[in-house]
Amino acid sequence: MTVTDQRVEPTPVKELARRTLADREGALAWLFLLPSVVYIIALVAIPFGLAIAFAFSDVSAGDPSFDWAGMVNFARAFDDPVFWRSLGNTFVFTGVSMVFIVLLGKVLANILVADFRGKWVVRFLVLLPWTTPVALSSISWLWLLDSIYSPIDWVLRAVGLLGKGENMVWLGEPGLAMTSVIAVHVWRLVPLAAVILMAGLVAIPRDIDEAAKVDGAGYWRRMLEITIPLVAPVIAVSALFGAIFTFTDMAVVRVLTRGGPNDATQVLSSWAFYRGIDGGDVAGGAAVALFLFPLLLAVAVGILRVVRRIEVD
Amino acid sequence: MAIQPVTAEQAAALRRRYTRRHVAARVGVYLAAILAALFCAGPFIWSAITAFKQNRDLYNPENNPFVFNRPATPDHVTYLFTDTSFLTFAWNTLWVGVLVVLITLLFALPAAYALARLDRPWSGPLGIGIFLVYLIPPSLLFLSLSRVVVGVGLQDSTWSMVLVYPTITIPVSVWLLMGFLRAVPKDVEEQAMVDGHSRLGAFLRAVVPLAFPGIVAVVVFAFTLTASEFIYTLAFVSPPGQMPVSTGVPTQLIRGDVFFWQSLQAATVLVAVPIAFVFNLFLDRFIAGFTQGAVKG
Repeated sequence: MTVTDQRVEPTPVKELARRTLADREGALAWLFLLPSVVYIIALVAIPFGLAIAFAFSDVSAGDPSFDWAGMVNFARAFDDPVFWRSLGNTFVFTGVSMVFIVLLGKVLANILVADFRGKWVVRFLVLLPWTTPVALSSISWLWLLDSIYSPIDWVLRAVGLLGKGENMVWLGEPGLAMTSVIAVHVWRLVPLAAVILMAGLVAIPRDIDEAAKVDGAGYWRRMLEITIPLVAPVIAVSALFGAIFTFTDMAVVRVLTRGGPNDATQVLSSWAFYRGIDGGDVAGGAAVALFLFPLLLAVAVGILRVVRRIEVD
Repeated sequence: MAIQPVTAEQAAALRRRYTRRHVAARVGVYLAAILAALFCAGPFIWSAITAFKQNRDLYNPENNPFVFNRPATPDHVTYLFTDTSFLTFAWNTLWVGVLVVLITLLFALPAAYALARLDRPWSGPLGIGIFLVYLIPPSLLFLSLSRVVVGVGLQDSTWSMVLVYPTITIPVSVWLLMGFLRAVPKDVEEQAMVDGHSRLGAFLRAVVPLAFPGIVAVVVFAFTLTASEFIYTLAFVSPPGQMPVSTGVPTQLIRGDVFFWQSLQAATVLVAVPIAFVFNLFLDRFIAGFTQGAVKG
């Protein structure tokens, strides 16, 4: 999040050296950038263009030839109630997850920067949800949320919140299924947010905090007036990562519910995959997936604006 | 402030009060740490127990799921090694991850340096452009990329992942590395150039070593992203021998409606532990890298 750029007035000698190096520096800059730029154009920009083209075509798995179809795919998507449902779910999924990821991430970061014995083990255990491939950890959760054998239900029965033989059916009821999907997703991304926020906490100069302590500021006062404003840019970065990972993620949904029950947990990306790959309707899937970009762009620009405003203050 | 004389009694009372408060704070920290560890690792601890359960133990809703109600058995874990291609999946994930990380560094490090230091008029817009690339998610690109993969003849091959995964890792790595490289003082490379190194030499000998924590952060981050990737493999690779763990394990251990639960849980733990272990080794560097790059503006 570097915006400010302190430039020191170069001394005349350096100025001279810089000038003689200037043309070579230009060539070097190009040489350095070329591989990345070529790669990104070839494998992101062109496929992105292709995806837009697909959205206006009638390409399908069975008939890969490209024919112009105009707005048909969009019209079909807009007519489909599942599309609107997915769009709404995507926002709920992203919004709720982001809030919890940042809040719990902050709590976790505060715990992890404290000094205690066995910190190494605790850090290792805390990292697990983020470093484990999401498909595998989601499968573990699939059993934890099983309709009959769920250990969570067993605990609820043991403490008497559920009657004998009763089950919650976590993934079978629309509201509960959405809650479960969000919970698993939050669980997975909280460690990442915590690690990013730890970087922010570690960077706070000790003397500021200690000066405030000497002046008699209590824990909460210091937290609210020193720590949080100082780590605000880092909080925004973790929110941004959280938003991007959540908005575009379909692994948790795919493994846990496949969008069900009755598309109650369907999000845009899982719906696009379902239509484009499973259903073979490449054009239809592309039209749905295309909606991800402007929405994501809006979220990212919004967050970066906030960061900039904080930094200017 | 006037210093008031304190009697011995008052001092002792004060000391007791502070000790009590200190002990309470310590207990609080340990409780919070244990809760955090359980919140995050609970499912894995439980997975590790489940992996050794007998079927008759597991498939009985009355049984306590957190203990062994019948003797433990290693059968389901050995099944993973003898009857599935688990080792192949793990190996695929590993070598794809390492190759992708190497490619990412090779591409992203010079690009980030060019954007951060070699002041060109277009470096600002280009930096924003690369950040925007990060916002084009796999879920938008997989349909057209599967065409590209077929076009270059890599469908159903592990190499398709090596080709495509850098699209995820390069933009975010450039973005992170730009921050890390800006944090290296300019004097360092200017000094190196005064000492007779070329710009390239200064970059390799003076800047890269100083940005090392940031580079480690990027390596670890990129590897984790690669190992977790799911959409592209699901869309591009269907023969089990070519799959990484994220798609291979579910393919071979979920057959229709039949889930090989204990083996699945064993696979999850076996994959989770080494990655988290290595990540933890580098965690301090990772945080230092982030601190250098992201916080100091």
